[in-house]
Amino acid sequence: MKRKMSLSMKKAWIRFGVLAALALLFLSFALFASVLAPFDPLESHYTDMLKAPGGTYLFGTDQLGRDLFSRILYGGKSSLLIAFAVTAIISSVGIVIGTVAGFAGGIFDNLLMRISDMLMAFPGYIFTIALVSFIGVGLPNMILAMSLTGWTFYARISRSLVLSVKNNVYIEQARLGGASNWKILIHYIIPNVLPSLLVNIFQDIGGELLTISGLSLLGLGSPPPTPEWGFMLSEGKDYMYSAPWMLIFPGLVILISVVLFNLLGDSIQDLMNPKESTW
Amino acid sequence: MSKMIRKRLVSLCIILFGLSILTFGLTYLLPSDPVEELITSMGGSHDPEVVAKLEEQYGTSRPFWEQYADWIQGVVLHGDFGISVKYNKPVKEVIAQKLPNTVKLACISFLTMILIAFPLGILSAVYKDRVADYIIRFMSFIGVSMPSFWFGMLLIWIFAVRLGWLPVAGSSSWKHIVMPTLTLAMGMSCSYIRRIRAVMVEQLGEEYITGCRSRGIGKMRIIFLHVLPNSLLAVITMLGMSFGGLLGGTMIVETVFSWNGIGQVCTTAISARDYSLIQGYTMWMGFIYVIVNLLVDISYSFIDPRIRRGMAQK
Repeated sequence: MKRKMSLSMKKAWIRFGVLAALALLFLSFALFASVLAPFDPLESHYTDMLKAPGGTYLFGTDQLGRDLFSRILYGGKSSLLIAFAVTAIISSVGIVIGTVAGFAGGIFDNLLMRISDMLMAFPGYIFTIALVSFIGVGLPNMILAMSLTGWTFYARISRSLVLSVKNNVYIEQARLGGASNWKILIHYIIPNVLPSLLVNIFQDIGGELLTISGLSLLGLGSPPPTPEWGFMLSEGKDYMYSAPWMLIFPGLVILISVVLFNLLGDSIQDLMNPKESTW
Repeated sequence: MSKMIRKRLVSLCIILFGLSILTFGLTYLLPSDPVEELITSMGGSHDPEVVAKLEEQYGTSRPFWEQYADWIQGVVLHGDFGISVKYNKPVKEVIAQKLPNTVKLACISFLTMILIAFPLGILSAVYKDRVADYIIRFMSFIGVSMPSFWFGMLLIWIFAVRLGWLPVAGSSSWKHIVMPTLTLAMGMSCSYIRRIRAVMVEQLGEEYITGCRSRGIGKMRIIFLHVLPNSLLAVITMLGMSFGGLLGGTMIVETVFSWNGIGQVCTTAISARDYSLIQGYTMWMGFIYVIVNLLVDISYSFIDPRIRRGMAQK
């Protein structure tokens, strides 16, 4: 029995390693877009408009004769980095607030939970859209709007995790032993809470990527010539009769990256709590 | 029971109050003020007399709370959100014209979602680790990871452009609603299939299942009379939440399919800086969402016998 367990753990580690390597590979494609891209993503080749994939242009060209492959690489840089940025912001803000609320309790806890109730009571997507449309279209504003609505999810989860850990006997013992609140928080509570939060964080990146591409499809992201996967799709939609590759490649890239990050999240889940395997 | 509903109604009012403050307050975050904008759009003569007159007409020089009180009074009593700059008529009229289409789309998608998700989720749980389960799990995993608007665009490409079976865009006949509905229902069904499967698999491992079996109760009976009702409770709380996602999703789907609804109107309103229309949109969507969630909560308490008989937990 014990041997079987360790075997499945080994498998889980291998799976995690492979997925993490793939995700890093994908990420480095985006990060080194300026080195890897064969063309300038904004440069128009007027003699080669709407060229089919293959030959000089790996993924074909768009309506202005821009190289689709280069645009996808550069688009990945912004789309993926924004997804990471948003996830990093909302998870750290939410976790800090939720942990403190759960640990301190009292008025602070009550106030925070009411605020997050309030924010959760609205459809987040609509609120994000409304916020962006009021404070103005553009990348920083999109990140701000997504962060303002996104942190509540993490605040809630980390609060409930802290509450479930807080009343353990060993915490009481530590307190009896004279440990200060800070010490308990840092040495006992956070190490217990962080692993399951890590799973949530990784499972969230894909979702944020989908939201970002949706917002950029609506034209709420960075303004046009800048390549972004969502917006490239909305351009591709208008040319699906003559250039279906404009529709297929950007979507495929979004799909693959979301699948990768979702699988990565699931494999981390398997490593953290092997009993609740998702496979 | 009625006490629960009363309590929920109070919190509903508080939430709507918060929403209205946020929606109205957002106009204060505007980089430019509406009067300035109006003057520029009319030709840009900064005659102090004109400015003063417009400021009085729009009431922009008064304190926040006074303006808010006026605005909310109009909203609550008459559903009045002011004039839409883009359509040059009251926001109320625009919404009355377009909102029913959006609600229709959202409701049909919601039903479609349930019709897809429940049978497949149950199938997947009952035939756990068999071929059907693997196929369903694989498909739903891909579905969850796919941008739903891309799925919609692929549908257009296949069924409208290639095969010519369905119209590309528009909203006049029943044929027009097929693809937007499938697009909206797809992403959500996939996450529900996964959820229903997980909950039912957990239930199927409970001891009472062995008890039922040992009493000779048939498999179908166990699944539909015991496992499903118990699983339903865990799923139904999700339903209200996802209706919000559905409403948000209509905006993208309406844009992709040129569906004549409020979401598409709002997308154009954003680029036209038509703020009163956006305010109207946000308030209406928030209102529908809150009401749907109230209904879900009430139905939840009807389904859960512990709450129905006043034996609420704790």
